[in-house]
Amino acid sequence: MNAVWPHLPAWQVVIPLLGAALVAFLRHSGAAFAVALAVSWLMPLIAGAMLWQVLATGPISYHLGSWPPPWGIEYRVDVLSGFVLVLVSAVGAVVMPFARRSVAFEVEDGQQAWFYCMYLLCLTGLLGIVITGDAFNAFVFLEVSSLSTYVLVALGRDRRALLAAFQYLILGTIGATFYIIGVGLLYLLTGSLNMVDIAARLGPEWADHSRAIVAALAFITVGVSLKLALFPLHAWLPNAYAYAPSWVTVFLSATATKVAIYLLVRYYFSIFGVAIEFRDLPETEIILVLSVAAMFVASLIAVFQTDLKRMLAYSSVAQIGYITLGIGLANQAGLTGGLVHIVNHALMKAALFLAVGAIFFRVRSVRLPDLAGIGRRMPVTMTAFTIGCLGLVGTPGTSGFISKWYLALGAFDKGWWVLVFLIVGSSLIALVYVGRVLEVVWLREPSAAIADASDPPLSMLLPLVVLAAATIYFGFDTGWTAGIADIAARDLLGGLR
Amino acid sequence: MNYDLVLRVGTKLILPFILLFALYVQFHGDYGPGGGFQAGAIAAGMVILLAVTCGLDLAHRIAPQSVVQRMVPLGVLVYAGTGVAGILMGKNYLDYSPFSHNSAQGHELGILVVEAGVLITVAGTMTSLFYAFVERGR
Repeated sequence: MNAVWPHLPAWQVVIPLLGAALVAFLRHSGAAFAVALAVSWLMPLIAGAMLWQVLATGPISYHLGSWPPPWGIEYRVDVLSGFVLVLVSAVGAVVMPFARRSVAFEVEDGQQAWFYCMYLLCLTGLLGIVITGDAFNAFVFLEVSSLSTYVLVALGRDRRALLAAFQYLILGTIGATFYIIGVGLLYLLTGSLNMVDIAARLGPEWADHSRAIVAALAFITVGVSLKLALFPLHAWLPNAYAYAPSWVTVFLSATATKVAIYLLVRYYFSIFGVAIEFRDLPETEIILVLSVAAMFVASLIAVFQTDLKRMLAYSSVAQIGYITLGIGLANQAGLTGGLVHIVNHALMKAALFLAVGAIFFRVRSVRLPDLAGIGRRMPVTMTAFTIGCLGLVGTPGTSGFISKWYLALGAFDKGWWVLVFLIVGSSLIALVYVGRVLEVVWLREPSAAIADASDPPLSMLLPLVVLAAATIYFGFDTGWTAGIADIAARDLLGGLR
Repeated sequence: MNYDLVLRVGTKLILPFILLFALYVQFHGDYGPGGGFQAGAIAAGMVILLAVTCGLDLAHRIAPQSVVQRMVPLGVLVYAGTGVAGILMGKNYLDYSPFSHNSAQGHELGILVVEAGVLITVAGTMTSLFYAFVERGR
């Protein structure tokens, strides 16, 4: 027990890393899946135990190699990072059983072990970004997760997956470079790489908005925004999501962009927020304008897509807009809304992409014209899909409503009535693009092409049902989502000047 | 294929010395410039030189592809495993002090093992990359 409890932060990252190396060493697809499943199911236990500990006794600090911060690398878990750790690891655990058949169907036999190896590396990187308290270490994990993501996207059967992965590689690398330039500037200013230490050294004496600090803020904002696909830096996302193997799209949409959003929140509120009058910079206005643009433009583009995966990808860009809107509002209700939407959107989008993966598994196509009447052939799948769609629109009774409720409250608190109408207005566009799909899948007569389609096997159906149920559950019981997001938001805003 | 006799014999003569130099760089890392990364690159260079002068088949016999590809994760396992050993001996991850009764000696030992892991991974990765390139179109 002594080797477990005090070392949870290290195990959180080391276990997936060891798993990845083990899978690459064994190179057997069955063993690879077993290792990936075991690791994925272990992760939420560790993350949950840490979050529980943080809520009870305050932040956990773990010193790698016993080197004390700010010299050594510190793993630091507070409410926000515990919250995101639980989300990422829980999504991995829930969707992992789906992978076996889906990956066997979509990825070539010889590459399946590598697929699970890359997934575990990606998980290592994502969990590492969230858990680390070191700005440079976060960059390393960012690269670990990104490089493995490029490989995962490129493993898609469609040849266009290679082009999509390359496009993502170029833009992702530019993003990482911008991020590291920003970190370099911060290091130049403060002489430290530890996030808490940087924040402490950027005391009130930097309140004059020194150019270097504003430049660092700008570089980090653009770099991380590329990773999280903030409009108009989202160009890589639709192709990457559309051509990656179905399961990869599920995992990435629910975790990768969310972790990048975490990083942005961390920099804005825990590092820059303590030094500069963050709310006075045009930064928040820029984020707000881009978020609203994302909500409308990406939703409008989604309306005209015929490929279901691509439509949901554009919808992701729009939904990320809601999350960054909460960051831009930078008040209690708004930030809570943004943070809670990280979880809610992850769950509903994972459910939707799982349903798309199940359709592809049965029908080999996700183009809308091929899916007429599929609801009658795959009733459970499409019911879960419909619940996810209702969540996207923000229907009361789904978790999407909770997010938008808090965002609207945040806008009210600022007295920005227009913003409330914009939130509702963009939801109406979401209603158009999901309504279009729901009309085709439920109301049309099934075509001959899908005559023998049926619900997928239980291992694929169960994750889908669990996520759809979570979308409804968190629409009623918000203690786990909004409750913890509220505490995290209070922590973050409490650090602001 | 016909390979030049002088190059073949010359290469075979200097191969052991290249490997020895790699090990020298590896262990010299404790006292000066050197370490696992450079040593791994030199060791991989040995295999690449052999493949270029004596043919890929001989290189494959000496460093089979399955072994080389397994060296990549093996080094990571060695490195991460050293860190885990620190936890099992009651200290933090990657804390090498419990490896010996003296903390400084423990660190020296820990770094030595970790650098061996780096050597394995770098040598494996460089050789795998080389194999991947030369095997295109074969």
